[in-house]
Amino acid sequence: MDQSVSEAKGQPIITVTGLQKRFRALVVLDQIDFSMRADEAVGIVGPNGAGKTTFLSVLVGAHPPTSGTINFLGEDVTDVPASERCRRGIVRTHQIPRPFGGMTVFENVFVAAANGGNFAREEGYERALDSLRLCGMFHLANRRAETLGLLDRKRLELARALATNPKLLLLDEIGGGLTDGEANELVATIRELRRRNIAIVWIEHIVHILLEVADRLICMDQGRIIADGDPAMVMKTPAVVEAYLGGSAE
Amino acid sequence: MMIWVNQIVQGILLGGYYAVIACGLSFMFSVMRMINLAHGSLAIVAAFALFVLADQYGLNPFTALILVLPAMAALGWVLQRTILERSQRGGLLVPILSTFGLSIVVDNLLFEQFGADTRSLAPFIDELSYDSWSITDDIYIGKLAALTFVTAIIILGGLQLFLTRTQLGRAIRATAEDPDTVGLIGINAKRVNAAAAAIALVTVGIAGAFLGMRATFDAYAGGPQLIFAFEAAVIGGAGSLWGTLIGGIVLGVAQSVGAQISPQGFLITGHAVFLAVLFGRLHLDTIGTTFRKTVRRSA
Repeated sequence: MDQSVSEAKGQPIITVTGLQKRFRALVVLDQIDFSMRADEAVGIVGPNGAGKTTFLSVLVGAHPPTSGTINFLGEDVTDVPASERCRRGIVRTHQIPRPFGGMTVFENVFVAAANGGNFAREEGYERALDSLRLCGMFHLANRRAETLGLLDRKRLELARALATNPKLLLLDEIGGGLTDGEANELVATIRELRRRNIAIVWIEHIVHILLEVADRLICMDQGRIIADGDPAMVMKTPAVVEAYLGGSAE
Repeated sequence: MMIWVNQIVQGILLGGYYAVIACGLSFMFSVMRMINLAHGSLAIVAAFALFVLADQYGLNPFTALILVLPAMAALGWVLQRTILERSQRGGLLVPILSTFGLSIVVDNLLFEQFGADTRSLAPFIDELSYDSWSITDDIYIGKLAALTFVTAIIILGGLQLFLTRTQLGRAIRATAEDPDTVGLIGINAKRVNAAAAAIALVTVGIAGAFLGMRATFDAYAGGPQLIFAFEAAVIGGAGSLWGTLIGGIVLGVAQSVGAQISPQGFLITGHAVFLAVLFGRLHLDTIGTTFRKTVRRSA
């Protein structure tokens, strides 16, 4: 099957099979099959309530799936707890940033490097500083995280995820509310991450930012993947237009 | 006049003991958001352990701490993994009920084992239990009280350094801030909380040792110690390490001065100051919140 195709292009970094997530009677994720390679950047779009964020939560292990399996780098991680998945390289950022408010920006990132990245002290410092620089937060390193504004909190969320040395980075709407200039900075940062061989899954409502980075687009609706492939093609798919834009094309 | 100064000095020193017993309670509350009502009973467990080692095996209580403190740490770890962690999943009330139940079980097991006799570690530490330095004719400083006070400062300073300078300490702080998020940066919150419980119980063990040396204890002595720890922690601002020392000193001074005013005034003055601070805090908090809301609205 397409197993041989993906092997030809390199091993998939993550493969999800038959993933289902139910909260009581509510089916949030319904039989999701998904696979991506380490050199891909996958964008996810879809209307509110499509299950995008839940999908990321299940991938990182914040919620256990009701059924289905998750295979990361050739190993079944379905029952591996979130902290261990993070150490293996699956990391996410939250849509609403959740910094450790009482700690400094540097400490926030350093604690991530030391635990999630398993870096020893000196390496951890370097890693933390590098992440801060990359996200343009170096000058804020000694501020307490709770004093940051929303934009800087979002940057910190990304810097903290990067410090754990991810192989697969899951971004949940980090572009929301940015000005054009800020969005361009973000795009540049994420391109840099791709150069560092970090596989990226990015949920974003601002499609034009997403399309600058993603080379593959997935559209979700009502817990299912309704389209998957080349971004331009996906955006033209009638089902996507119907679900995402909530009406017919033109 | 000098009598009053002396009482205040004694109160400050007593505050050192209260800081030792309160810091574990405060630490557990700030890190795990849990009020451990078995706190005092566990201190008595440590005191009895030291008593047995001294009485049966002739070990000096300070030497015996080398055995008892690791045992307390292990007990903390096991308690967290078996009882506290489970009860925490049931919300805020369940840990309070389950630690209250634990304290009853512990108290009665001690009673079963040791009976109603009051014990003390004082006989095993020779002159340290009563020796003192005279500053003037009216002011004296007990050597044990001074040692307790210095230990309190060392524990609090040590905890502070531990929390800010070590990897486990930072992981504990991050977990205290947001236990749901730390998993996503590679921290196993359960393990971190178990380590924090172990550390808290080490401080409980030290508190039990000083309690046993400075006074007498019996199987049911845990309750009052819990109250003192609680009062010191609340006066100092629950969750603040150095605040715990201030809270202990305020409580200790209030009790000593109260005892000077009237022989029965020791406990009641302490409680009165605790209640005054508690209501003062609640009132000021309301003002603070209203003020912040006003600022936010005008911003």
